[in-house]
Amino acid sequence: MTPLEWFAAALMLLGSLLMLLSAVGLLRMPDMYNRLSAASKATSLGAIFLLGGFAVVQPDISVIGRVLATVFFVLVTVPVAAHAIARAGYRDGVPLWKQSTVDEWEGTLDAGRDGAQRADHVGDR
Amino acid sequence: MTLDAFVFTIILPLLGISVVLTVVRMVKGPSLADRVVALELVNLLAIGIITVFALVVEQTEFFDIAVVIALVSFMATVGFARYLERQRERESTNDSP
Repeated sequence: MTPLEWFAAALMLLGSLLMLLSAVGLLRMPDMYNRLSAASKATSLGAIFLLGGFAVVQPDISVIGRVLATVFFVLVTVPVAAHAIARAGYRDGVPLWKQSTVDEWEGTLDAGRDGAQRADHVGDR
Repeated sequence: MTLDAFVFTIILPLLGISVVLTVVRMVKGPSLADRVVALELVNLLAIGIITVFALVVEQTEFFDIAVVIALVSFMATVGFARYLERQRERESTNDSP
């Protein structure tokens, strides 16, 4: 392999390890909000590394342009989608983890009729 | 070791294991929001897998599919979130008109 391909291989290995980390976090985290955090942050970085590996191997102007557009779009949309899901889940009454310390919407009208009830046991690992 | 062999023996299995773990959460997920989170992660993993596959087969046209999935998955996620909120509002208005 050429040095450029080694660099691309390292980028893609890092990206796929971040994806795996994020999937393990999605499986192991205790409640929906922690899982959402694991699934949105590490995954966008992993996708950016995989796309970067593609751009390194195919240094064509059209490929680099599309990669940059996709990276920009992932960076813009993933946090927005995570925010929308968290908000909808809270208003739908998804329980917080027992050891969560801050709930800024507790008892507000925005939380829905009775607010999200804190569960005693979130034993759904 | 060529780049193709590296991708086929290490990168794609890692991403495949990630998809399996995510689908486990999608099946188990106690609430609908958990399933939507898992679905979003599957979409991002699909972007990664298609990108790596386009690199291996040297068909840059496949990369367009990854771009389209990135665009569509955002719409799907926001649509599910809107559906969850609307469902809640409808229940509230039915109980106390």
